[in-house]
Amino acid sequence: MTAVTSLGPAAKSALVVNKLTKRFGDRTAFSEISFEVGYGEVFGFLGPNGAGKTTTVRTLGTLIAPTSGSATVAGIPLIPDNGVEIRQHIAIMPESPGLYLRLTVTENLEFFAGLYGLHQPATRIKDALESVNLSDRASDLCGGLSKGLRQRVGLARTLLSDPAIMFLDEPTSGLDPVASLEVHNLIIGLRQKGVTIFLTTHRLDEAEKLCDRVAIMNQSLRTVGSPDELRERLFNKALVVRTLAPLNDPEKVFAHLSAVESWRSDEPGSYVLSITDPKIAAPEVARSLVGAGADVLSIGEAQHSLEDVYLELINDDVEVRKS
Amino acid sequence: MKGLDTTRVLTVMRKELLDYRRTRAIVVTMMIFPFFFLVEPIISIFIAAPSGSSASLVKFVTFPLLYLLLIPTVMPSTLAAYSVVGEKEQGTLEPLLTTPLRTNELILGKAAAVMAPTLVLSYVLYGLFLLAVQLFAHPALASAVFHDGPVLLALFLFAPLVAGWAIVVGLAVSVRANEVRVAQQLGALASFPIIAVVLLMAVGVITPTFEVALVFAVGILVIDVRALRIVSRMFDRERLVTGTKATRARARRVSP
Repeated sequence: MTAVTSLGPAAKSALVVNKLTKRFGDRTAFSEISFEVGYGEVFGFLGPNGAGKTTTVRTLGTLIAPTSGSATVAGIPLIPDNGVEIRQHIAIMPESPGLYLRLTVTENLEFFAGLYGLHQPATRIKDALESVNLSDRASDLCGGLSKGLRQRVGLARTLLSDPAIMFLDEPTSGLDPVASLEVHNLIIGLRQKGVTIFLTTHRLDEAEKLCDRVAIMNQSLRTVGSPDELRERLFNKALVVRTLAPLNDPEKVFAHLSAVESWRSDEPGSYVLSITDPKIAAPEVARSLVGAGADVLSIGEAQHSLEDVYLELINDDVEVRKS
Repeated sequence: MKGLDTTRVLTVMRKELLDYRRTRAIVVTMMIFPFFFLVEPIISIFIAAPSGSSASLVKFVTFPLLYLLLIPTVMPSTLAAYSVVGEKEQGTLEPLLTTPLRTNELILGKAAAVMAPTLVLSYVLYGLFLLAVQLFAHPALASAVFHDGPVLLALFLFAPLVAGWAIVVGLAVSVRANEVRVAQQLGALASFPIIAVVLLMAVGVITPTFEVALVFAVGILVIDVRALRIVSRMFDRERLVTGTKATRARARRVSP
C-alpha cells in the first residue's frame, strides 16, 4: 500500500495522538486529545461512561474517522488508505466479544486467522487457546459458553495475529475473580513480550495493578501519567496522626513545625497534616506530640489510591458543569 | 476491485456457508420457498390438456418455464438482506471490521455465499422439473418444453444474473437498514423488476427472442457489477458501528 510512509512497528512510539477530535454533528465525543504510548507499555484509559473512551479506540482502530487532529498507530499515520495496514498491526477486543454463536470456538478463531492471512493457523489457534486456558473447550459451540468464557475466546482472538498493539475494552467485564486474575496475568505476560496494551477499564484497581501509565478522560484528556505521578500531582503529601484522646490545643502542637504546611482534623483524635517531606515531618511531629503529652496511636503517610485521583478529577468536572 | 484478496473473500464465504448450515431455519426456508414457484409450471405443464400445433405449444410452455426464473430471484433476497444488518444485530460486525478485511472483500464474500446455494438449489430444481416433464408430462407438451431450447438456455444462463440482482439489492438494503426485519422486507422488493419482466413476456408485451435475451443478459450483468460497487461505497463503517452517519469525516474516511 503506497500510502504507508512511516517506519511501521519499528517507530519509537506505538501510538502518537496529536490534538485528535471526534464530533458527531453537534455532539463532541472527545476533543483535542494528545498522548503517546511506548512499545511494550500497558496504557490505561479511564473515564466515566460517555467520556469518549470507546470512540477513541474505534478512531485509533480505523473504524471511524477523526474530525480533526492526527495520530500514528504502530508507526503508521492514521490517514485515508492506511486502514488495512494499520489493522494488520493491531487487534481490538470490544467490550462485547462478538462471537459467532453457531460456530465452535475453533471455527471462530479459524475464521479470524483466515482474515489475518496467518500461516500455520492451527498452531496459532492452539497457542492462543492455551494462553486463555480454553484448550479443552476448543470444539464447543460459542453459543453454549458462559459470558466469562466468551470473553476469553474474544481475548484468544486478539492474540491470534500477534499484534503490535492490543486495544482491550473492559477485558475483565463479567469475569469471576479467578478468571479476572488469569486475564491480568495474561496482560502482564504480554507486556513482558513487548506487546503494547491500550486498556480501557472502569476497574481502577485493575488499572493501578496493570498499567504503567493511565490517562483520565472526560471528553478531553484530564491527565496522563503513572499512578504515582498522578497522586503526586493531585494530592499534597500528608501525614495522618491518630491520638488516643483529642489534643487540647492542636494548633500549638502542629503550627510551629517547619515541615508542616497546614493541618485539619477530620474527627476527634485524628489529624491530617499537609507536609513537604515525610522523612523530615514525621520525626518532628512525633517529638512535638510527645512533648505535648499526647498518647500517640499512629503516625503514617496518607495513601491515595488511583480511585482518589480519578474521583478528584471527575468531581472537578461535575462541579464545573454545575456552576 | 481495488486490492482484492481472494483468500479473505473465500474465508468470508466459507464462514457464511458454515453459519447457514448450522441454522436450520435458513436451510428449511431455502429448501421450501422455491417449491411455491413450481406450482404454476406444474399446473400448466402437467395438468393442462395439450391442444394446437407444436409451434403454439412451444409458445404455451414459454411462460411456465420463465416463471422458474423467480426461484433464483426470490430465494437469495432474504439471506442477502440479513447478511450485514444481521452481523450488526449479533454484535459480530465490529470485531469483523477491526480485521484487515476490506469492504469489497466482505461484500463479495457475502454475495458469493448467498449465490452458491441459490444456484445449486435452482439448478437442482430445474433439473428435477425437466426430468419430471420428460417422465410424466404429456408427450406433446414434453416435446414442446424440450424444443423451446432458447428459453431453456436462458433459464440456466439467467439464473446467476437475476440472483446477482436480488443479492446486490439485498446487500444494499442490509448495509443501510437498522433492523433485520425491515431489511428482509425491503430486500424482497428486489424480485419486483424480474417479476414485471416475466409478466410482460407472459402477456406478450415483450417477445422472448434471442436478441431480447442477449440485451437483457448484458443489461443485468452491467447493472449487477455496477450495483456491487455502489454497495461497497454505501458501506459506511462509521454508520454501521456507531449508528451515526459520517458527515464531515466522510472525505477523511480511513478504511477502504
